[in-house]
Amino acid sequence: MTKRLKIVVVEKDPERARMIVDGLLELGDHSIHVIAEETALARKVAERSPDIVLIDLANPSRDMLEELALATSPLERPVAMFVDRSDHQLTRAAIEAGVSAYVVGGLQRERLRPVLDAAVARFHMFRRMRAELAATKRALEERKTIDRAKGILMKARGIDEAAAYTLLRKAAMDQGRKLSEVAAAIVTASELLS
Amino acid sequence: MSGARLRAGFLPLVDAAPLIVAAELGYATEEGIALDLRKAPSWSMVRDWLTMGEVEAAHLLAPVPVAAALGLGGRTASLAAVMVMSVNGTVIGVSRPLAEKLRRTGHEFDFSDAAAAGRALIGSADGALRIGVPFPFSMQAELVGHWLGALDPATPGHAVIQTVPPPLMAEALAAGEIDAFCVGEPWGSIAVEKGAGELLLPGAAIWAFAPEKVLAVREEWSAAAPQLQDGLIRAVWRAGRWLSDRKNHTAASEILARERYLDTAPEIIDRALGGRFVISARGEARHFPGFVEFHEGGANFPWRSQAAWIGRGLAARAGLPERRAMAAARGVFRSDLYRRAMAGTGAALPTASAKVEGAVTADLAVASESGRLILRPDRFFDGSIFDPGPLD
Repeated sequence: MTKRLKIVVVEKDPERARMIVDGLLELGDHSIHVIAEETALARKVAERSPDIVLIDLANPSRDMLEELALATSPLERPVAMFVDRSDHQLTRAAIEAGVSAYVVGGLQRERLRPVLDAAVARFHMFRRMRAELAATKRALEERKTIDRAKGILMKARGIDEAAAYTLLRKAAMDQGRKLSEVAAAIVTASELLS
Repeated sequence: MSGARLRAGFLPLVDAAPLIVAAELGYATEEGIALDLRKAPSWSMVRDWLTMGEVEAAHLLAPVPVAAALGLGGRTASLAAVMVMSVNGTVIGVSRPLAEKLRRTGHEFDFSDAAAAGRALIGSADGALRIGVPFPFSMQAELVGHWLGALDPATPGHAVIQTVPPPLMAEALAAGEIDAFCVGEPWGSIAVEKGAGELLLPGAAIWAFAPEKVLAVREEWSAAAPQLQDGLIRAVWRAGRWLSDRKNHTAASEILARERYLDTAPEIIDRALGGRFVISARGEARHFPGFVEFHEGGANFPWRSQAAWIGRGLAARAGLPERRAMAAARGVFRSDLYRRAMAGTGAALPTASAKVEGAVTADLAVASESGRLILRPDRFFDGSIFDPGPLD
């Protein structure tokens, strides 16, 4: 039986942190600790003396972890580095997924690989979910705006809903703009004029 | 945009200006380069992009490629600094409680006397002074180390230099996690605007001509794409010349302020370009001409002696043998590649590739292989002289 890995995940977003932790727990009974607060990050990480630190690449606080790489005293154990640079493919996958792993000490690649793969997969999944959510939200907002614009047109010109929609679509096509943009312009103008 | 695509990473700082201007004002296009700029959230990210080949070139803290050559900060690819992109451009600030204390001791915040400011700072510290810098390998860390080290040989015990990402500097100061900082603009001025701190000194008050950011590339890429690299050097050089003209500062501030670059108010950026600062929330103004230099005084020439100075500092803290570190460091600043790119452009090129750092006290004309090179004063505040020894 291999020993439990101590993994630290630096993540502010609780939802995302939970997803990553769940993904890592599926691998086995590892000890996982989430740090959400970025102040004095290097010290907090060092206190946990983890085997692996996972952090979002887009997080500017990542630079704080670079200090760990400078710790030369044997008591301050970590000699951290950005994933394993010798494995180009793995590093590239991590960069594309937006996750950075600091590997502490001489952890073998066979042990790192599944952890990183799981983290990469979770980062991808989270980003997809976020993108889907944003798209759904936007579509909903656009539909609401178009509905309001239709209502304004119907009232102002005394036409029915189908005619108002046709009018909107024609204006959008004539101007080479999106339907939602024309609708938004009408809503804004109407708010200003009323 | 047309031409060969070249990706370059940068951090949102005033001194990324030469790359941004080269892309925005067509200097890159003139060289047949379609410059694709990518904003990074951290220095480790820019460095990793560069070493992994996600970008071909980068705006990088001068000590980062030197640290890589010394094997500090993990294994990375060999990096070359092919030109200096900016000289000076950092500020030192203190928290409001510390500023109060300094004022009570009679310090005047003259924004120029590093010895007086440093002594006041050391004298007012209760315990160890905690100073935030943007990265372990940075001119900020080197300058603060030199400054306090020269005034107080016991500095390592009296000051703790810790990494705080520039966007979080004001917050860390306000939260009392650090007492002072040394950071590139606009982040010092932003700390003042947020009421978190006051500005004490420009970095140039410690070393009058400190190489701050370099244009860095992978050595492997440098050898494979020499023409593209030479074109990029010339484009960035021309952008630096444009930036050094005062009448362009307003336009430069507007361009840099855009969301895709610094995403901050142009007035704040203009302070650094013109050297006109507001140092406290009370609106006290200070003028420091030449706060950041993109062109004059041979600013872009990558002096091997500058790299050796950085190498010596890094070696001292990491406990590496000094001579070997200095030798490895000077190989990183590629004055040979800079000369090749700039040959025939009329740019002033010195005959030597190294100089005694800290010895120029007034404008000094030096032997040039082309153009007319006038070195600007490069004094260290403590009058120290750095002689890198025979090099070429």
